[in-house]
Amino acid sequence: MSGYLESQLIILCLNVIYAYGIFLPAASGQLNLGAAGFITIGAYSSAWINASGAPMYIAIPASMLFCAAIAFTIAFPILRTRGVYMVLATFAFAEVVAGLIINLEFLGAAAGYPVESHADYLVVVPVTILVVLLCFFLMSTRLGLAMRSIHDDEAVATLFGVDVRLAKVAAFTLGAALMSLGGALYGHHYNYIETQTFNVLLSIYILLYVLLGGTQTAWGPLVGAAFFTVVPEALRQIATASGHAWIADSRFIFFGAIIVLMMVFRPEGLVTRTMVDRAATPFGGGRSGAAPAARTA
Amino acid sequence: MLLEVEGLDVRYGRNHAIRALDLELAEGEIVTVLGANGAGKSSLLKAVQGTVKPAAGAVRLNGETVTGWSSPKRVRAGLTLVPEGRQIFVSLTVHENLQMGAYSRSDNVEREIDDIYQRFPNLAARRDMLASVLSGGEQQMLAISRALLARPRIMMLDEPSLGLSPILVQSLFDLIGDLNRDGLTILLVEQNTHMALQTAHRGYVLELGATVLSGTAEELLADDRLEEAYLGGN
Repeated sequence: MSGYLESQLIILCLNVIYAYGIFLPAASGQLNLGAAGFITIGAYSSAWINASGAPMYIAIPASMLFCAAIAFTIAFPILRTRGVYMVLATFAFAEVVAGLIINLEFLGAAAGYPVESHADYLVVVPVTILVVLLCFFLMSTRLGLAMRSIHDDEAVATLFGVDVRLAKVAAFTLGAALMSLGGALYGHHYNYIETQTFNVLLSIYILLYVLLGGTQTAWGPLVGAAFFTVVPEALRQIATASGHAWIADSRFIFFGAIIVLMMVFRPEGLVTRTMVDRAATPFGGGRSGAAPAARTA
Repeated sequence: MLLEVEGLDVRYGRNHAIRALDLELAEGEIVTVLGANGAGKSSLLKAVQGTVKPAAGAVRLNGETVTGWSSPKRVRAGLTLVPEGRQIFVSLTVHENLQMGAYSRSDNVEREIDDIYQRFPNLAARRDMLASVLSGGEQQMLAISRALLARPRIMMLDEPSLGLSPILVQSLFDLIGDLNRDGLTILLVEQNTHMALQTAHRGYVLELGATVLSGTAEELLADDRLEEAYLGGN
């Protein structure tokens, strides 16, 4: 594999993992703008454990557990907030994490922190595939059903015995563990981390991948992250190759326009439930009336 | 008594929604709670279901005090509420909505879901569609079917006839009667006084959170004070 393709593949994989970390809470109706915070915790804790002598394959799961424990603890106050207030609370959390690390000398403070063990694409790609499969599986379980029902109507979910608080905390915590995994892999791949990399822009992009990809099915974050990783880069390549450098310079304008158009014409995201159902039953489906009438949804 | 409500008080801040309310429901009965908007009917159901904490009073299920129980625990004990405005899960399929009804159960419910489909062929035809495509009447059938799958001992219905056409209202009350004959105990909150009293065995009339009238359905239908409760006798 060429160096360029490999580097793009790694970026894609990391974005997909981050996106699933935000998707899990989003599927149960929570907007989490704290991705950078969890990614930072994952990257630094795995790097530190690794530096303390533990091999990478122990450091990464340990960092996930550590991050999950933090997420579980802060989930209770944070999940008391909703909507834009939750966005603000999670954003504030990420800022606190960044502020903390930049002042911790043993983690390199503002100078950044070197990471020992290296993870190449032979580690990153299989792990990403596992994450995707895990999330698809999770959404098909009882917890997945509960999360989607909470997304629709929290009060009614309670009426059927769903422990709303527990399901939300579980989604938030599992999501944080995935982002920690992504952050740890980032560190071990590039072998150097600094807090400035994991800034609010990253949190915004990841939340955008998920919202624009769609939160109704587990396909959403995969398609969203892939689309918004590959398309801007492809635009840049095409522009450079065809000699129209101005396209490359202004590609974020096209990108912005796509996002605005999406918000207007497809607020539920690129991939919707109906779309997946239709794709699964291309010839009208086994059950009478299922596929044709789905078009009216 | 299967359900006893004793001295129930519900307050929202300074607003006193229910005052010292007593209510009884025997196994196999349909009891209706009537009253104008703001009489406290929905608050009563929420307090019984456990989504609203009462300021005072007790709720007993089969003699056991459940006042301190969480809502999920009450669902498992057999108290199921069909909320006002149906409130189906619009981004879940019809089938998933039914599965949600059985969320609190650990046994296999697919056979019971098949029974539901036998009873409501319209739901069967749309089992894999998003519930948002259903008509108002179908949504009400789905909401009631979903509640049935929780295997309730008492089904509480909050204004189920709201927003339905007269023909659908008739078939809804027929269904409520059928379910009762199959052995289901029902607590029915309604604004449609006439239909509710034709279906129910007994009724309570609430005004400003307190019972102003109660008795058998026949007694209430014959009582002039029933109208007063609606026309604001205060």
